[in-house]
Amino acid sequence: MNVARKSFAKHWQLYLILIPPILFFIIFKYYPMANAVLAFKDYNVTKGIWGSPWIGFKNFRLFFDNPIFWTLVKNTLLISLYQLLVGFPIPILLALALNEVRHAKFKKLVQMVTFAPYFISTVVMVSMIMLFLAPRLGFVNLALNALGMDSINFLGEPGMFRSIYVWSDLWQSAGYASVVYLAALAGIDPVLYEAAKVDGASRLQKIIHVDLPGILPTVTILLILNVGNIMALGFEKIYLLQNPLNTSSSEIIATYVYKMGLLNANYSFATAVGLFNSVINLVLLVLVNGLAKRISSNSIW
Amino acid sequence: MASPFSATTAPGSSRAYRIKNSAGDRVFMAIIYTALSLILIAVLYPLIYILSSSISSPDAVSSGKVWLWPVDISFEGYTTLFSTPLILTGYANSLFYTAAGTLISVTLTIMIAYPLSRRSLYGRSVIMVFVTFTMLFGGGLIPTYLVVKQLGMVDTRWALLIPNAIWVWQVIIARSFFQSSIPDELVEASELDGCSDLRFIWSVVLPLSKPIIAVLVLMYAVGQWNAYFDALIYLKSDHLFPLQLILRSIIILNNGAGAMDVAEMVEKQHLSDLLKYSLIVVATLPVLCIYPFVQKHFVQGMLVGSVKG
Repeated sequence: MNVARKSFAKHWQLYLILIPPILFFIIFKYYPMANAVLAFKDYNVTKGIWGSPWIGFKNFRLFFDNPIFWTLVKNTLLISLYQLLVGFPIPILLALALNEVRHAKFKKLVQMVTFAPYFISTVVMVSMIMLFLAPRLGFVNLALNALGMDSINFLGEPGMFRSIYVWSDLWQSAGYASVVYLAALAGIDPVLYEAAKVDGASRLQKIIHVDLPGILPTVTILLILNVGNIMALGFEKIYLLQNPLNTSSSEIIATYVYKMGLLNANYSFATAVGLFNSVINLVLLVLVNGLAKRISSNSIW
Repeated sequence: MASPFSATTAPGSSRAYRIKNSAGDRVFMAIIYTALSLILIAVLYPLIYILSSSISSPDAVSSGKVWLWPVDISFEGYTTLFSTPLILTGYANSLFYTAAGTLISVTLTIMIAYPLSRRSLYGRSVIMVFVTFTMLFGGGLIPTYLVVKQLGMVDTRWALLIPNAIWVWQVIIARSFFQSSIPDELVEASELDGCSDLRFIWSVVLPLSKPIIAVLVLMYAVGQWNAYFDALIYLKSDHLFPLQLILRSIIILNNGAGAMDVAEMVEKQHLSDLLKYSLIVVATLPVLCIYPFVQKHFVQGMLVGSVKG
């Protein structure tokens, strides 16, 4: 305790400036966590969160018994896995390829251009997708017509939704995601490259035997973080891309929570659904982290 | 493993082997350059297409004549946009949210990141866990909404400035930067000279931390300029709407009538396709304009955070 008192006396100014940010976390992060007890209550506006009667797991049972439950879980998982399969390895390949380029200007150009879409907002991104894929004037359909093919109503086809979401996301974030790997590649000991050269390794062999092992720790950590976010999809983008024709494959847990909770004012039920999502997310993160720790001794904590 | 690596040990074959190898390398490099060029085109084409469409004539756009470069250059889209009151209000609102929100966010982030970077601060690891835990688990949409509602922030500008003010990832990045770039010796020397912590922050830490401040400003500003979801759930009065929300109603909901005067909209029907492209450019340009200037700092700052986070 002596240490504490000494630190308080010496750094009272630092503790003072910590107060507003800590209040922020208590009010906007921890208080909502406490509010999540709503999931176990029958919310009544006049009685408030704490005054409303407890109903145990009824909201959860309502959700699990609802036929939409499996559709939501399936859609959420399928989009996430697809996203992981495409969005995770491609930035690594992009970084490995860029790392081979010796023309500084070309390298910089590719990096700057691929990085730029990261700064486009979700609304603009979705607007672009809609304009490009529009059945009448979208350039994708105009191109199809020019090749003698019929127009496709891309956003009206439930089967196309996942691909549209995943590949447009790759377009937007691949450049940004590759930066971390490029940094990891830059950190590899040059001696290893010289040794590979002396041994007569080709460029491909150099990538396989020097580059890949060199960035493996970074790859593992990012993979863990990615898997841990499996249930936390780009909800804003999916919500904007949704239309009545594609909901059978585009309705995910998060969009359902928004519709149930804020549009239908079914607060308790939506909170339960959201809580289910967060818990699954946390469990996945812990599991994958534990697995990575055992396999490669890399872990995020 | 045997063949490529043992080749050099046999003196006679090494030369021939190396030539063969470098031919393979040349093919490999050709593939890489081709792939990267294709990626470059794939990323660039949609951007150029939008820009070209936005400055083409309305007729060229609505008859699908634009393929790469603008057709019959005209700035009608932009002049229409900038004479529409709702767009102007949205633009002004977005500028306000971006400026005010960035100021609040950067200040709060430094206020928590700097103390947490000081090793002598008692309890800093507990606070760090307290902060990072919120990255892993949250109360969810509805409980957060109810807090904001209880605080009376719904349908006020505060709802877009406060509830999302601090991003944990930015705190981690800033803290790592402070830890690695403010030498302990400097802190000790200033303590010996009787410099208070606040004075030290003001006259030593902040001037030394321009790169990280640039990163924080950029990230928060971009986030704030691009945000629409908080506005969607918390705001009801359209005079408070940021540009992104107006963009959504015009392009995504195709609901121009709600956003503009109906008569005006009918009159400008032939403009509507063009307007969408102009609107996209107008909503994106401010962010893309500052990007090249801070890109260097940005990459550096991101790396500091990710390597030592």
